[in-house]
Amino acid sequence: MPKVDLKEIREREHAKQQAFKARLFVCASTGCIASGCKAVMTAVTAGLKAHGLDKDVQIVPTGCMGLCSHGPLIRVEVQGQAPVLYTEMDDMLARLMVAEHLEPAVKRSESFTGVPDFLMNHTLSLDTPFFTDQVKVVLANSGHIVPESIDDYIADGGYTAWEKVVTTMTPQDVIKEILDSGLRGRGGGGFPTGRKWELTSKIEGDEKFIICNGDEGDPGAYMDRSILEGNPHAVIEGMLIAGYATGATSGWFYVRAEYPLAVERLDKALKAARRYNLLGKDIMGTGRDLDLEIRLGAGAFVCGEETALIASIEGKRGSPTPRPPYPSVKGLWGKPSCVNNVETLANVPTIINRGGAWFASMGTESSKGTKVFALTGKVNHSGLIEVPMGISLKRIVESIGGGTSTGKRVKAVQTGGPSGGVIPEREMDLPVCYDELKKIGSIMGSGGMIVMDEDDDMVDIAKFYLGFTVDESCGKCAPCRIGGKQLLLLLEKIADGRADEQDLDDLRRLAVSMKKASLCGLGQTAPNPVLSTLQFFMDEYQARLVKNKNNAEKAEEAAK
Amino acid sequence: MSPSASVRINREADKAGTEPDVVAAVRKWKSKRGSLIMVLHEIQNARGYVPRDVALYLSRELDVPLARIYEALTFYHYFKLEPPGKAVISVCTGTACYLKGSQALVDEFACETGAPVGGSTEDKLFHLQCVRCVGCCGLAPVAIVNGKTYGKLTPPDVKKIVHEWREHFAGQPE
Amino acid sequence: MITATINGIEVKVEPGTSIYKAAHQAQVRIPTLCYHPDLAPTAACGICVVKVKGAPNMVRACTTPVAQGMEIYTQDAEIVQVRRTVLEMILSNHPNECLTCLRSGECELQELAEDFGIYNSNLPKIVKDRPKDTSTKSIVLDSRKCIRCGRCTQVCQDMQNVWALSIEHRGLDAVIAPAGDIELAESPCVRCGQCSAHCPVGAIYEYNQTDEVWNALMDPEMHCIVQIAPAVRVSIGESYGFKPGTNLTGKLYAALRRMGFDQVFDTNFGADVTIMEEASELVDRLKAGKSLPLITTCCPAWVDFMEKFDSDMIEHFSSCKSPQAIVGALSKSYYAEKTGIPADKIFMVSIMPCTAKKFEIVRAKEMFSSGHQDIDVSITTRELARMINQAGIEFASLPDEQADSPLGRYTGAATIFGETGGVMEAALRTANYLITGENGDAMEFEEIHTLDGIKELTVDVAGIPLRIAVAHGLRHVEKVVDKVREALEKGEEVPWHFIEVMACPGGCVGGGGQFWGVNDGIRKLRAKGLESDDRGSEFRRSHENPDVKKLYDDYIGEPLSEKAHKLFHTHYTPRSQYRR
Repeated sequence: MPKVDLKEIREREHAKQQAFKARLFVCASTGCIASGCKAVMTAVTAGLKAHGLDKDVQIVPTGCMGLCSHGPLIRVEVQGQAPVLYTEMDDMLARLMVAEHLEPAVKRSESFTGVPDFLMNHTLSLDTPFFTDQVKVVLANSGHIVPESIDDYIADGGYTAWEKVVTTMTPQDVIKEILDSGLRGRGGGGFPTGRKWELTSKIEGDEKFIICNGDEGDPGAYMDRSILEGNPHAVIEGMLIAGYATGATSGWFYVRAEYPLAVERLDKALKAARRYNLLGKDIMGTGRDLDLEIRLGAGAFVCGEETALIASIEGKRGSPTPRPPYPSVKGLWGKPSCVNNVETLANVPTIINRGGAWFASMGTESSKGTKVFALTGKVNHSGLIEVPMGISLKRIVESIGGGTSTGKRVKAVQTGGPSGGVIPEREMDLPVCYDELKKIGSIMGSGGMIVMDEDDDMVDIAKFYLGFTVDESCGKCAPCRIGGKQLLLLLEKIADGRADEQDLDDLRRLAVSMKKASLCGLGQTAPNPVLSTLQFFMDEYQARLVKNKNNAEKAEEAAK
Repeated sequence: MSPSASVRINREADKAGTEPDVVAAVRKWKSKRGSLIMVLHEIQNARGYVPRDVALYLSRELDVPLARIYEALTFYHYFKLEPPGKAVISVCTGTACYLKGSQALVDEFACETGAPVGGSTEDKLFHLQCVRCVGCCGLAPVAIVNGKTYGKLTPPDVKKIVHEWREHFAGQPE
Repeated sequence: MITATINGIEVKVEPGTSIYKAAHQAQVRIPTLCYHPDLAPTAACGICVVKVKGAPNMVRACTTPVAQGMEIYTQDAEIVQVRRTVLEMILSNHPNECLTCLRSGECELQELAEDFGIYNSNLPKIVKDRPKDTSTKSIVLDSRKCIRCGRCTQVCQDMQNVWALSIEHRGLDAVIAPAGDIELAESPCVRCGQCSAHCPVGAIYEYNQTDEVWNALMDPEMHCIVQIAPAVRVSIGESYGFKPGTNLTGKLYAALRRMGFDQVFDTNFGADVTIMEEASELVDRLKAGKSLPLITTCCPAWVDFMEKFDSDMIEHFSSCKSPQAIVGALSKSYYAEKTGIPADKIFMVSIMPCTAKKFEIVRAKEMFSSGHQDIDVSITTRELARMINQAGIEFASLPDEQADSPLGRYTGAATIFGETGGVMEAALRTANYLITGENGDAMEFEEIHTLDGIKELTVDVAGIPLRIAVAHGLRHVEKVVDKVREALEKGEEVPWHFIEVMACPGGCVGGGGQFWGVNDGIRKLRAKGLESDDRGSEFRRSHENPDVKKLYDDYIGEPLSEKAHKLFHTHYTPRSQYRR
């Protein structure tokens, strides 16, 4: 098969892009589709046609731009002019934008003095800290390219890393580069990716699998979904490189069924890459074979745990199995397997292109590079962000997030979802990295970051997370299956004001035992929201106890 | 097991084997590895649930014990064993939605439709369920009805949505 | 070998040995509720947690292999606290019905709760009410008491390849049940009862019929007869402080008489008859070169399995009934006629190591060959032990008594029916005689009594090199049947002439109605008990049993005669079931 010429495609695509006087980037991620971006796009298309601009202006439907709470989003880039980001668009605004901004800016650029004020009210400056404080590696392309176009990805330098790996590097070279980068698993575990690859590469086997974990389970996080929707080829490229390094004979994407758009785009991307012979048989004429397939999850948080994920692909219940044996020795269908998270893999092409040392120059001593977070809750700019490791929580919440959406004080930030903990406002100078978060009783997790204000009740938050893990416990091991439910009952008792000191003691004792005796990560971490709220917000628990509640009532009565 | 019951079981499986969507799903996946969940997805998507006769047929055709099929069917929340109502309302109860009041939405939907959480109305018009994070946290709180997403909801919006879907199905024949 | 320390005690173990097993070497017992030596560890209960120096979390002793230089600690205040708390959680999910539970006193959970001294707990009960499934009339599934250790599903799926039981739903709703919302009797369950023999608590147990037996014994109109299966005599003593394998046939006869049975017969007599018929069948088929291999049918769980899943093998099945059924049929015909007691006034009880026998007695119309239901009730070893206790019988100090005539005398060949390889060996001892009229050399074949799943042997019988196979544990049986099927389909010479199958690992000594806590060590001891019974027997070949000879001379005529067919043979029906 003829080798695809990436350079030729790149040049061709650049020439095409240059031919347009303006490019209109419309966020077409799940969030913005829900906000109505499709109607906006129709309005824009009609407007462009009406103004005779359809030949001069290109509409680029992109992946997530990050500012999900303010969608639908459109970024207008007119040649020679500063880009403008429109937020909360509707079809009326879209038509006005074409008439009052695009038309004059493109057709009469010499006399164009700027976006009129009434439209400026619907924009957000790209110089705000939400954008300027971020460092984008994984999300660099998201919001800039058409995720469904492989040519667009190639135009942005896509698949050069894969070409480099498959034609000039040995698997050992690749592993060394990843080891040098210090990249650690972004799914939450934080295991060094290079070490994981090295382990799998050393195990002999007639078959070996590389698996991409796209079973994003944290309820309140959507990093993986956005990456798959916004830049599926980067994940595919990372997966191919991982497969090459580990010696995999085939690769499997495991993606949540709740993410239909991500699955659809990934599927299209795989087909396109196969057409270009970037995967499949005799890749780029090298004689190497490696193909990737998609398998869907079916609504089980625990399948984010790698042994449960493997069981699920095999068509079994997603119950974790004891390790050892580790998947690197005995994984999918009993063969050596390496499981990497979506975001981890999406980092790989850039690391290969720019070098492990470059990646390692970002972040802290033990946590290198950047991390994508879904910044949500009571925060002004709720959305998808990417920040260098080591940045303080305060800067994320106050600068990037723009403070609380309610105007009230931040009470705490929750990271790590149901496996993580809360970090109180007074600890917000904490640098965000694996070890610091763990020290304070939370975890990095997959990237959920939820801002809570004064109104949020910490006992209720703990109850919410326990409710989640009780629902999601696979039921295999007793400490998790029963312990979680008993914790939840105790939390309900406390929340209802029926508890005493003994119940608080029981709460802690059960939480600790569940942590120590559970089989998998789900059960071992499920008590974290309880333990960390107990640690930082004991007063809120105490206030609910029968004796204190009675005291409070008595005081109230006395005051009457 | 009486002989008559076993005849019934085989007939059920045979019957499912005459239905084109089932046969097509099996043909598409039969030779592939890791196919069980994928086939179940196809049936679930086409039918809204996985009927027992289809499970019996799949067991036979895919050479997977029926016990294993049901282990999976009952483990994964995505699959249903009973046909749901026509309009499936999924209220997101992920963290962001929860903090922004999704519980009030659930209550309101239950009240407006009369469907219990996790169940359908008697006329099989509505099915109400809570789901964990649909990934639209920026738009919290969120509900999805038959694939259409509604964001930044407040309890008063619920009435409108329910009305919209009641109207939608009103003109349609059974 | 690798070296590690457990609580400071040095142990040397093979690589891959779990901490749990290694601890045994250091005389350290680690508590567990889910681990069973027959099964791969599942790590479900969380009780066996231990500390390993340098490991961030506690690890499970059952699944964690010992590594070189590992420092393991199995007991300290924290470990005990965690184990006790987990146990407390499990108890909160388990009904407080010990006093009225069949497993009381023999329950692994109860024992552990006692060890850990859980006398009061603040945790509220979270027990979902679920109906008992008694549909099989052989085993009862009471999922309220289930602690989700997973042993029964492992037994049903992996050990027995039956796939009747599965774990459905998840989290606290996870439940052991047949596929979908059906009863066990509608599932592929073959009633082997291995699930019940492995259950640590009272969630799966035999369908208790002791009341029916007491009622019959109390009825002055009824002439009550009992028969005991071979494997029962070497296990019953375990309930009274005897070592597994102790042969207590004489005390058993005495106990049954004191309970009020009018006649005490022995299933072993039926086993000798089975050999007469089955070996004759084999000889006929060998002569005709037809319908080979011949497959044994003494095991009702296997018969049920075959009718459900391998009904194409029906032609190869011996039509001969099991020893239990033969003694039942003879009691209500031969014995009834001899004594003049009307058959409808005879109540026939069988004591079996087996739950499937409860089903066998009604499985086909030939089980009514006397004109009545040949056997009225079949109870398990476990039920018998309870009845002996209820009767206030001091079993250990009973005198040894003899069985009654004419269905009580047995040969050594019959008694080894209770272990894997036994039926085969008994048949081989007689086959030569049936062909040549003289005894051959065939006597003991140790190689077919091992606990390997499938055993093969070629034996010279009257100059014929007879190829035989012995399989036990249903998962092994499938492989044997597949090989036969493959050869038949290709029209090739079949791999074996004669195949013995027993559904339970070890055969009936490890039957689903035997006492709890069985393992390979116990299976071997019980089998040894039968072997020494055999060696100590006056006659060791079925055709030499004087009472069997008399039976044929006076009543039946020849093996496979018309009368023999009426009383000793049955037929099989395909009961095509949903796929396993």
